[in-house]
Amino acid sequence: MVAATTAKVLLRGLSVSYHGKPALRDVSLEIGEHEIFGIIGPAGSGKTSLLRALNRMDSFVSGMRVAGDIILDGRNLRDWRNLYALRRRIGVVFPLPVGLPLSVYDNVAFAPRLRGVRRRAALDEIVERCLRRAALWDEVKDRLKSLGSLLSGGQQQRLTIARALSQAPDLLLLDEFSIAVDPVTTMRIEDVLKELKHEVTIVLVTNLVQQARRLADRTAFLLSGELVEVGDTEDLFAGRVEDERTRDYLEGRFG
Amino acid sequence: MSQFTATPRNHRQHRRQSVVKAIFLLMTVLLIVPVLLILTFLIVKGAPVLSFEFLFAMPENGMTAGGILPALVGTVWLVTVALLASVPVGVAAAIYLSEYAPDNWLTRAINLAIINLAGVPSIVHALFGVGAFVLFFKFGTSILAASLTLAIMTLPVVIVSTLEALRSVPQAFREACWNMGATRWQTIRKVVLPNSVSGILTGVILEVSRTAGETAPIMFTGAAFFLPFLPQGVLDQTMALSLHLFVISTQVPGVPEGFPYGVALVLISLVLLMNAISIGFRTWLRGRKKW
Ligand SMILES: Nc1ncnc2c1ncn2[C@@H]1O[C@H](COP(=O)(O)OP(=O)(O)OP(=O)(O)O)[C@@H](O)[C@H]1O
Ligand SMILES: [Mg+2]
Repeated sequence: MVAATTAKVLLRGLSVSYHGKPALRDVSLEIGEHEIFGIIGPAGSGKTSLLRALNRMDSFVSGMRVAGDIILDGRNLRDWRNLYALRRRIGVVFPLPVGLPLSVYDNVAFAPRLRGVRRRAALDEIVERCLRRAALWDEVKDRLKSLGSLLSGGQQQRLTIARALSQAPDLLLLDEFSIAVDPVTTMRIEDVLKELKHEVTIVLVTNLVQQARRLADRTAFLLSGELVEVGDTEDLFAGRVEDERTRDYLEGRFG
Repeated sequence: MSQFTATPRNHRQHRRQSVVKAIFLLMTVLLIVPVLLILTFLIVKGAPVLSFEFLFAMPENGMTAGGILPALVGTVWLVTVALLASVPVGVAAAIYLSEYAPDNWLTRAINLAIINLAGVPSIVHALFGVGAFVLFFKFGTSILAASLTLAIMTLPVVIVSTLEALRSVPQAFREACWNMGATRWQTIRKVVLPNSVSGILTGVILEVSRTAGETAPIMFTGAAFFLPFLPQGVLDQTMALSLHLFVISTQVPGVPEGFPYGVALVLISLVLLMNAISIGFRTWLRGRKKW
């Protein structure tokens, strides 16, 4: 499977630090085109930091420094002059849901408008499609005009997912996207993600190892800011691991 | 005994809570009483002289008779021009400091300087106004010079309160926008400003109140003791309510007893009216946007 995919993202010696304190050390790995790439690891192991680096959030997170190379579609992120254009093609969902203080509709139409979509019909279509994919449409279709920031926590999280999808990203970064979402809805979103895989490359950070097992083609295990190993998810969960620590973590023996 | 029955400890906590609440209430009352007293006093003493003529006639007989029209018009001029000068500059500076400036020692130093500037006595601003606007820029003693002096004086207030309003918008909103590829300006325009405009208006309200009542900064820069005509443009001198109040209370003999109170009442009403308009506008905006 690894050989069959072309690299969408290539990390070479990626390190992240905050105010000089390292959070991620010397991570090198490859994320293939159209795969769901899982990242697991205990709290504070640097999972979120890795996603932040991919979206070049170091340019506004105070104290954050990134070293090493991130190569997206063969192009080093360092060479991207226009970070806005870069971020427009990367969708991100972080664990704390943020409904912008705009209407539900405007939340989802925000990114399309940024890239110049103006026609009402086109916007309507994008908004509906993204809300459906985020399993939120049925709950909000009658109140698209009400404020996104007044939705429930779980709804806001799905609104954030819809917003990320509305960017029509070719790279989707999900950080514990289901933290505030009920199990049934989580399953619906997971099904959507499996379909989306054919259009988008997905990096999925999760604290639920079973979620990684269900979704990820390959999974990376991080521990205290270091990459312990990357492997086919099936192999890892079948116990074919290179490092005993991976087995211990997957079997819940520490965390 | 059920676990929901009050224990002696609950009672103690409850009593303490009542005492604390009473103290805060007392402080609030202490604060309001003088204000109410002053207002009542002014209304009792000043209301009898108020009339259409008092407001809209020229002063006569060395300001011992007639009305206060030139002072009223002058104050409106001074406040308006000062607002036009200070609000755009102050809001823009605050937006820069809050949304663009890197978080380093220079920015922090500038912030500190602005806060300290708000504490500079108004007479110092007056001297600066004379030196800078009247003499150096050769505006002479004029509405322009006086208003710019007022503007400089109130700029720190506008900046500080605008900064507070901008900072009350959660950082998470900005980051969500940036993460979608919005530029700083797009984020400011679509999310930050719409949600801080009511707070920014509060700063403007404060400024208006201060500006209308100030005497020292305009005394040497543009406000006149007595002028028998209305200002025609920003390079004219003008009378102003605050200075007029000072003049008729202390400088000219034979002013009827109610006159100064009438002027004070008009001044306060003007400030309250402007505040009311701003608050109304603010409420209207708040009703439209919320998170
Ligand atoms: N903004 C920040 N400023 C300073 N330190 C940070 C910041 N964000 C993360 N860190 C530190 O970096 C390390 C890695 O954090 P990170 O958020 O990447 O972990 P994580 O694997 O996502 O953890 P979790 O599962 O709890 O979300 C932690 O030690 C954390 O304290
Ligand atoms: Mg995290």
